[in-house]
Amino acid sequence: MKTTGGDDTLLPVSSDLDIIKVRQKGRDLAAWADFAILDQTLIATAISEIARNIVTYARRGTIVLKIEEESDRLGLVVIACDQGPGIPDVTQALREHYSTSHGLGMGLPGVRRVMDDFAIESTPGEGTRITMKKWRTKSADAQEQSP
Amino acid sequence: MGVPLIEHDRYLLVPIQSRLTDTELSELRAALLRWVQEQHPRGVMIDVTLLDVLDAYAVRTLSDVGHWARLGGAPTVVVGIRSEVAQAMDRFGLAFEEVATAPNWAEGLRVLAESA
Repeated sequence: MKTTGGDDTLLPVSSDLDIIKVRQKGRDLAAWADFAILDQTLIATAISEIARNIVTYARRGTIVLKIEEESDRLGLVVIACDQGPGIPDVTQALREHYSTSHGLGMGLPGVRRVMDDFAIESTPGEGTRITMKKWRTKSADAQEQSP
Repeated sequence: MGVPLIEHDRYLLVPIQSRLTDTELSELRAALLRWVQEQHPRGVMIDVTLLDVLDAYAVRTLSDVGHWARLGGAPTVVVGIRSEVAQAMDRFGLAFEEVATAPNWAEGLRVLAESA
């Protein structure tokens, strides 16, 4: 697997202004890699949710954005890391209806549904690492061709 | 915060001009509810044409505005949701509560007039 699009982008996340900056970077990278406008929006929204979780629960962390290319497909990867309190029960945090009503991990079920790959590693007292990926779809390529 | 609050024909018109942080969204909610309490508009119309992301926090905050404005006697309509943003909301399972939606200002005003 090789990575294209220059160096991985490591972005600090410690304020609500950072949430906007990071999701915009994600959208820009998705647009640069020719993702369809809907997928750009899904990626930006997913980044917004996980960045907010960092600011709310861990106060600070980082998000890495990168493009990964496999033999016949291309994906945008988002890796969010923090050294916050961690999520005591990941299964519960990912359950539909739980997260939204309890605040903890707000929006995570939606993020998992929308991204193609989604993984959480979380250790109470040590932190949380979320890795997620969205593949560029073929139809998106055609749709985004300008005349 | 930088969001103009415009009064027109006793409607409160709110064209959001730029991306808003969570703090700015909360400030906007407070400013709108203060306006509703003091000015008793016939309705509130929020234009989100310039927002390229409506995430859980934004949808909840605007739904809160709808809830409290309704209790203050004013219906709320959100106009100008981009089609990809509407689709993304749907995919994330997000929906406005106690807020009507309309494609543009003319339709938005019609919705407000009808719900009065």
